[in-house]
Amino acid sequence: MTSPDDEQQPTPTRPSVFLERQSYRRRRLADAARLLPFLGAVMLALPLLWPDDSGGSGGVPLSSAIFYIFACWGVLILIAVIFGIAARRLSARDGSAPEADQWPR
Amino acid sequence: MATLNVLILVCLGYVVLLFGVAFAADRMAAVGKGRWLRSPLIYTLSLSIYCTAWTFYGAVGNAARSGLEFVTIYLGPTLVMVGWWWGLRKLVRVARSQRVTSIADLISSRYGKSNTLAVCVTILAVLGGTPYIALQLQSITLSFSIFAEADPTGLYREGSSVFWVATGLALFAILFGTRNLDANERHHGVVTAIALEAVVKLVALLAVGIFVVWGIAGGLGPMMDRIDASEIGQWNVDASRWTTFIFLSAAAFVCLPRMFQVMVVENDDESHLRTAAWAFPLYLLLMSLFVVPIAVVGLDLLPEGSNPDLFVLTVPLSQGNDGLAVLSFIGGFSSATSMVIVTAMALSTMVSNHVVMPIWLNTQDRPGAVSGDVRTIVLLARRVSIAAIMALGYFYYSLSGGGAALASIGLVAFAGISQILPALVGGLFWRGATRTGALVGLSVGFGLWIYTLLLPGMDGGIIPHSVIEHGPFGWGWLRPQALFGIEGIDPMVHTVMWSLLLNTIAFCVASLLSFPSPLERLQGAQFVNVFDHSVAPRGWTGSVAQSEDLMIMTQRILGPTPTQEFFQAEAARQNGRPGRLPEPTPGFLQRLERELSGSVGAATAHAMIGQIVGGASVSVEDLLAVADESAQMLEYSSQLEAKSAELSRTARQLREANAKLTQVSMQKDAFLGQVSHELRTPMTSIRAFSEIMRDTDGLSADEQIRYAAIIHDEALRLTRLLDDLLDLSVLESGQVSLNMGDGTLRAVLDRAVSSALTGDGAKLQLRRTRASERIALHTDLDRLGQVFINLISNAQKYCDAAEPVLTISAHDVGGQVVVDFIDNGSGIPPEAQSVVFEKFARVGSDKAGGAGLGLAICREIMQRLGGEIAYLPGQGGAAFRISLPLAYQQAAQ
Repeated sequence: MTSPDDEQQPTPTRPSVFLERQSYRRRRLADAARLLPFLGAVMLALPLLWPDDSGGSGGVPLSSAIFYIFACWGVLILIAVIFGIAARRLSARDGSAPEADQWPR
Repeated sequence: MATLNVLILVCLGYVVLLFGVAFAADRMAAVGKGRWLRSPLIYTLSLSIYCTAWTFYGAVGNAARSGLEFVTIYLGPTLVMVGWWWGLRKLVRVARSQRVTSIADLISSRYGKSNTLAVCVTILAVLGGTPYIALQLQSITLSFSIFAEADPTGLYREGSSVFWVATGLALFAILFGTRNLDANERHHGVVTAIALEAVVKLVALLAVGIFVVWGIAGGLGPMMDRIDASEIGQWNVDASRWTTFIFLSAAAFVCLPRMFQVMVVENDDESHLRTAAWAFPLYLLLMSLFVVPIAVVGLDLLPEGSNPDLFVLTVPLSQGNDGLAVLSFIGGFSSATSMVIVTAMALSTMVSNHVVMPIWLNTQDRPGAVSGDVRTIVLLARRVSIAAIMALGYFYYSLSGGGAALASIGLVAFAGISQILPALVGGLFWRGATRTGALVGLSVGFGLWIYTLLLPGMDGGIIPHSVIEHGPFGWGWLRPQALFGIEGIDPMVHTVMWSLLLNTIAFCVASLLSFPSPLERLQGAQFVNVFDHSVAPRGWTGSVAQSEDLMIMTQRILGPTPTQEFFQAEAARQNGRPGRLPEPTPGFLQRLERELSGSVGAATAHAMIGQIVGGASVSVEDLLAVADESAQMLEYSSQLEAKSAELSRTARQLREANAKLTQVSMQKDAFLGQVSHELRTPMTSIRAFSEIMRDTDGLSADEQIRYAAIIHDEALRLTRLLDDLLDLSVLESGQVSLNMGDGTLRAVLDRAVSSALTGDGAKLQLRRTRASERIALHTDLDRLGQVFINLISNAQKYCDAAEPVLTISAHDVGGQVVVDFIDNGSGIPPEAQSVVFEKFARVGSDKAGGAGLGLAICREIMQRLGGEIAYLPGQGGAAFRISLPLAYQQAAQ
């Protein structure tokens, strides 16, 4: 027989299946951080599909290539900045503990 | 025109400035000021030692040769940094929780603190670092030569300048990197100086770039047109080289000893990675931004055949901008020096911790008790290592002739150091990775790297041309640059692909086939699941360790003051009373080992503490021994327990015996008192009547007879009492001789009744069942009769019924004769029932004048006869039961 009081108390051992909104956001942010290098790898592999100039005239000019590569680079940095700021804000909202400890792997 | 002397002066001044910065930073860190020294910005800038002179000069050269390919070297690290959540975060956490001092230390620590592995990684790092150092030498020498060409004094000679540059850099590194032996291997001064150098080289390169774009080309638009119009103006990148180099630079970025040093060892705060994740790619981007413009302008402006590696210097020089050229020179010098300092520091730490110290420890009999300061030995080992490493670099430079392009030398080094990657990544993410796997993988990759890249790259002809052309012993499939007969691959791609592929395969297969030691498995769990438990690696069982020995040893390594502080903090932590030595608890030993490993490396610290504690780290053998020991202890303690139980039993018995003795003594006293009392009463009356008869004259004859009769009666009573006492004492002492005979119960009862009831009138009625009394007895019939008489006369005396009736019944119960004597009186009160068989116990008033010995004698007799007498409560009156063994049973026995 359980009293009404017992039923109201959550069992501490079992983690909840659904996270509150903030933890959910934080986990998705970590997912985004994990995906970032793959996005970068794909973007940097794209130039390999460009036409080669060895056949003759139809190559991509180097200035365009520079523009593309550095643009990719800049995008990666920008996303990393946004991620860093978001991570800091989320961890700051959580309290004083170091954020790296709280975050799931 | 800047002369060589001015240049040298500028260099020296710059070095002095760096020293000043390093010194000031160390001072600030020591007094606890300067939080900015530990800021993410400084951390990010210190990472910039990735950009060496190879970047500063070689990137432009590379761009001039093969277009955008140079950028791969910076894209790899960018991917690693933005993906810090995957790898670097874990790496830093592991290194911090394990107090790792170098990449060799990390690998060794992960695979069960294996020093073999540490030595392998160290050798690999030294061999991989040697070409890289040669590269720095070459770049500085080349940049000197540029200015020397224009120097009117003409004192410059290349050979000697390389030597002096090498010597100067070695001195510089020794002075910088081994000034002190930090407990945690964090060098705030050096890191700050490196950060300054990072700013200098970035500013220098940006200045040259801005000068080129806006000063020479005339703006961004014209610059782009110029790029497209140049000979490298088309996107023309080999796909295999592009991907391989991105991967290779990413791998080397993590594995390079100097990168490991600044990124992991010098890391103060994990959260700095979050900032560096975007700031360092930004730094790399800025460093690469003007590379192509400088290359293009250099190709345009400078005469055919000039070295593209030096465009950064020669372009400003050709435009007559000496100030910019000197700034650029300082930038290149910064790149080279910072790289050399950190590399030498990292390598010398590895060499001294994993090669020199283990050897030195082995040559000592008792490492904890040697005379001399270990610190000086460690520092000396590091200084010698730095000098040796610089010498190696110098020899490599001399051997390779300094001819190869900067970029290719750098790539050779990258490919060599990347061989650590499988063991590193496997160790961080795969618990099944074993020491054997790491060793085999490293050996395979290392061998292939030497065979396919390092040796063929040396112009000195270490391996003959025939081998390169046709393979060793004519085996074509073993040609160094076309393994397994697959030709046409770029040599770098060929080496990286085959060595890392076979390295990884060998690592995995050997790991799967081998079995790790317990320590390895513990460490594996610690590394792979570092975020679950960033705490203790494993336990010391340090009950035998001597705190004093530990303190002596620690003082030699850390120095007296830090050691005393550490030990006092430990003592305070343990029992809240600083000032004493702490107990060598496992937790304390663990912290001490980490503290020491910061100075001498994990494996050495482990060995040193192990030797003092007595090799008490957890191994299966130790565990078995401990189990054996505790089993013995258990057995011993159970024996002890049995003995103590026996002792306590004996003590209890003794106590009981003592109590009994005391009781008996009291009984004896009481007995004596009672006997005296019993004797005194008749004696008093005898004396009184005899005095009357003696002293009174004129007694009548009747009176005389009456008094004499009283005296006689009392004398009889005395005699009876004395007889009883005698009887009892004889019975109690066991000296009575039984006169055994055969008879029936009926006969004995008949005799007893007739003798007990004589004289006193037949007032007591007897009820007997004579038929049941036909029981044969083998006993002392007279004594048994005495008991019966006693019981019958008791009934006669004490039964208080108006018509006293005594019922005597006999049964044969369970092999025993039971005779009950039950009268119809009021019986014996319950409180007196327990004492009724005691001596002198009398119930009620002394109306019958008995001495109270009768029942006591009965009990003694019955015990002698092998039976017993007991009071039967609840029978309506006084009831006694006599039990006796049966005759035939006794006969049968």
